[in-house]
Amino acid sequence: MSAHRDHVELRPEQVAIPPGHSWNRFPAIGAGCAVLGVVLCAILGMGNPKQFLFSWLVSFLYFLSLALGALFFVLIQYAAQGAWGVVLRRIGETIFATLPVMAVLFLPVVFGLGVLYEWAHPGAAEHDALLRWKSPYLNVPFFLIRAALFFGLWSAIALFYYRGSRGQDATGDASVSARLRKFAGPSIIVLALTTTLASVDWIMSLTPHWYSTMFGVYFFAGSFLGFIALLSLLAVRMRAAGLLDTVISTEHLHDVGKLLFGFTAFWAYIGFSQFFLVWYANLPEETIWYKPRIEGSWLPIALLLMVGHFIAPFFYLMGRSVKRNGSTLSVGAVWLLLMHYVDLYWQVMPTLHPEGFSPSVLDLAAFLAVGGCVIAAVSWLLRRQALVPLRDPRIAESLAFENA
Amino acid sequence: MGLFTPQLPKGPYFGVLAEFATPADLYHACERVRDAGFTRWDAHTPFPVHGLEKAMGLGRSPLPWIVLGAGLTGLATGFVLQWWVHTSAYPLVISGKPLFSWPAFIPVTFELGVLFAAFGAVFGMLGLNRLPMHHHPLFRSKVFDRVTDDAFFISVESWDPKFDPSATQKLLASLGARSVELLES
Repeated sequence: MSAHRDHVELRPEQVAIPPGHSWNRFPAIGAGCAVLGVVLCAILGMGNPKQFLFSWLVSFLYFLSLALGALFFVLIQYAAQGAWGVVLRRIGETIFATLPVMAVLFLPVVFGLGVLYEWAHPGAAEHDALLRWKSPYLNVPFFLIRAALFFGLWSAIALFYYRGSRGQDATGDASVSARLRKFAGPSIIVLALTTTLASVDWIMSLTPHWYSTMFGVYFFAGSFLGFIALLSLLAVRMRAAGLLDTVISTEHLHDVGKLLFGFTAFWAYIGFSQFFLVWYANLPEETIWYKPRIEGSWLPIALLLMVGHFIAPFFYLMGRSVKRNGSTLSVGAVWLLLMHYVDLYWQVMPTLHPEGFSPSVLDLAAFLAVGGCVIAAVSWLLRRQALVPLRDPRIAESLAFENA
Repeated sequence: MGLFTPQLPKGPYFGVLAEFATPADLYHACERVRDAGFTRWDAHTPFPVHGLEKAMGLGRSPLPWIVLGAGLTGLATGFVLQWWVHTSAYPLVISGKPLFSWPAFIPVTFELGVLFAAFGAVFGMLGLNRLPMHHHPLFRSKVFDRVTDDAFFISVESWDPKFDPSATQKLLASLGARSVELLES
């Protein structure tokens, strides 16, 4: 019999960042990165606003996708009434609590619409039958209404779940879990539809003549994998920093590692399925997106994704001991976080540089600016709250979790 | 415990069978049998008892390696088969694509990889368990019929270096067994 602990008291110092701990510096570090990034963007972006906007879009999508992945993860935990992940849930909750901040970080895209998106150029539809046909959907007012709707729904779901879970820390009211579970199913449907449409609006419409019915799920696959990588990394780093080291066990790392492993295969399955149908049918309205992305110096990056985003991590993460060891798991996690950025970069940037891969300091500046804001927001929240849902009805079961 | 080791102990006795009333009794008895240094023995339960493999001191199964090997064989088979068919055995231009169009080979390669891995898992598991086996000396025991119902058993086989017909029976009885019997081969 494995030890069943029906009642546990987590001591406050087990589940909070103690005063004087090095993690208390992260809000300041994040804010510093953000300021540096914004200053660099302002100086360098002046001379090259187009590059700035595309660099910003990639970084914005990157951190947005991590937050959306976090929201999916937590909603699935509630819907499935999962117990093992309860001790990891607060990390996800804190990350998706930044979704309202992402709405502010979206503003450069709003102001740069006419630069980023061909269909938004003044008069673009006049001489282009296909754009004219798509214009009832792809027009500036409707685009902005949709963006407002996406951020509104995401923020509403995110705050509803964040506040509910935080509130339960204080009250210990088990009915909160039941209420959050009831809304989890419908929220997943809303999230799936809005994520799909948002990826169509913000990434796919960069090539407005393109058709693909798989793009939404491709974006989701990358987002969820990205978040699981971030979750693995944070869980390992927290343990190493003496936070939650008595709460998050090897068993939890093992399960997160399994998700990480599984979703590398899911990403590849979806990514290849999209490519395969386009390649096989060879229709111009479908190949238009892939052609610049597998030509010239973009080809090595496409191949890097195939090997680095799937084949290498798939075999690396296959073994049991790799997932149960914090250092080896975090190596895989950092690598996949990097690959997720490369994936989004490869989706967005060939629109700006169809002639080939051309990195810019603005890529780094935008990453610092967006990432700094997100790190500051997340770590500021982490300082103010328990690092696990202290009084969730399933916390004891989660603490005692063991892989069979 | 390899595939080709003899399946059953030689000699007059198969071993000793002890019956326990509850999973908890069985669990603790297993810990003691493990600690006594027995190596050729087994526990039998009507349902999975969590953590029993730890109480028995079992190591990791080699099955994942069999599955990996079978899966990689399947991948290679699928890819090489299509390569050979499309470029030399029956070259046919399909929708204007080159004869060696590897993206077209991926679905079949993937499916054969999965198929072979599944075969590796099922047949590897059967092989490691030395199944199918049509009869087993344990079935001579009348009480053992209840192993699929409500009774929990430990069997210690006679080829265990620590095995002794009377001492092993005494040990198991001292661990709280409801009944202990010596089984013939």
